[in-house]
Amino acid sequence: MSQIPENLLYSDSHEWVLDNGDGTITLGITDHAQSALGDVVFVELPEVGQAIEAGEEFGVIESVKAASDLYAPLTGDVIAVNESLEDAPESVNESPYEDAWLIKVKLSDQEELSDLLSATAYAQLLEQEG
Amino acid sequence: MTTPHRTPLYPLHEALGARFVPFAGYDMPVHYPAGVKQEHEHTRRACSLFDVSHMGQILLYGDEAAQALETLVCADLVDLAQGRQRYALFTTSTGGVYDDLMVANQGDCLYLVVNASRKDNDMALLRTGLSGDVRIDMQERALLALQGPQAVDVLADFNPAVRDMTFMDHQRMTFSDIPVWVSRAGYTGEDGFEISVSSEQAVELAQRLLAYEQVAPAGLGARDSLRLEAGLCLYGHDLTEHTTPIEAALPWAIGKARRQGGEREGGFPGGDVILTQLANRDHLQQRVGLIAEGRAPVREGAELYSEQDSRLGEVCSGGFGPTIGKPIAMAYLPVDFCQPGTRVWAEVRGKRHAMTVTTTPFVTPGYAR
Repeated sequence: MSQIPENLLYSDSHEWVLDNGDGTITLGITDHAQSALGDVVFVELPEVGQAIEAGEEFGVIESVKAASDLYAPLTGDVIAVNESLEDAPESVNESPYEDAWLIKVKLSDQEELSDLLSATAYAQLLEQEG
Repeated sequence: MTTPHRTPLYPLHEALGARFVPFAGYDMPVHYPAGVKQEHEHTRRACSLFDVSHMGQILLYGDEAAQALETLVCADLVDLAQGRQRYALFTTSTGGVYDDLMVANQGDCLYLVVNASRKDNDMALLRTGLSGDVRIDMQERALLALQGPQAVDVLADFNPAVRDMTFMDHQRMTFSDIPVWVSRAGYTGEDGFEISVSSEQAVELAQRLLAYEQVAPAGLGARDSLRLEAGLCLYGHDLTEHTTPIEAALPWAIGKARRQGGEREGGFPGGDVILTQLANRDHLQQRVGLIAEGRAPVREGAELYSEQDSRLGEVCSGGFGPTIGKPIAMAYLPVDFCQPGTRVWAEVRGKRHAMTVTTTPFVTPGYAR
């Protein structure tokens, strides 16, 4: 079974969001997503200062198998990028919720957080997707 | 949409937790729960069982079968000894490649293994192209590949005679009580065997092999990354009707007897084009290996540019090489850019990534020569 930490919010495109409580969030991909992707070999992320928009692509994760787009669950400006993924992309598989956070974002509209799924709702989504 | 075919091992793949992909009209395992990278590494370290039953297996009977087949391929088959196997190319009238295949001499017939994606075309070609009294017999057999340095030890348990086989030997034998046709060859760059077995006994043989702790199942994902590291061509990607064997850097696939001045010079489709290219080396492009300097995988279709920004071509196969630890690719480049060490630039999502031309294979093969 894939891990779904209670303290996080989720998107239906399998990203997780941690509300840092100061108008910023940290985001990454879920355990389910990393497992579906397989062995991650490369992560392409935006640069600090770049704007991301809810529902739009903001980066790419490549596994041995294929390249998959990353979709922004929220709108805002990138304030930090996890540089360690450049040399250790495999940490996306090993530690999707901690070591392999992808970016930190200053939100344009905090209301968007309410569009995201709770851990329970995300677990239900995974069940439906089978 | 037609319903995808399934190989006789399909239920076993399901039981092993395979994830399936459609490939050449078949539902094939792309990987098992271990994942592509682990399956790849296990093959290089121990040995892996691949189901390649989707490939076409054809027998050609008749005294003149080798001579007849030589009118369609550029290999020397008349001189292929019983118990030996050889790589061959069906060529087109313009010197392109219609398919690549293996041909083994079983004594009373020739045994052909052709690509799944091409087997209907190949059958049609054989039916119309083989002259004389040759009987074409498409087999409904399964094909297993046990690949990796420990494959020989596992199979020696079933029949010690496998130890006496060398690379590209082919024999009919029995594994315990199961009749099999065995080739010491494969598509991974490792020592290994391809085992043709009746559809009815395929699951039983696969289960007996998987009972060994050295043996793990591997899917098409690992098969692709392994063959890419081994510099082996995949038809439809690295070989097409628009690339000649010389451009594909496969001059060795043209038998000496079939070359200019040979005993049976030419006599295959596009022979004039191919033999002139072979003699004059005046082809304009050639297949090379590429190693990325960075970590971004450069996949099939990525465009390649020179330092001066002129477009050179595109990647025909590419991905991450787990053993190399870097993204690797193959591409056709203008001959001026084929010198190992030449730097080219691959465009991936609008960014340019440096790659270095290298000779293939990317890894040292473990063939039992």
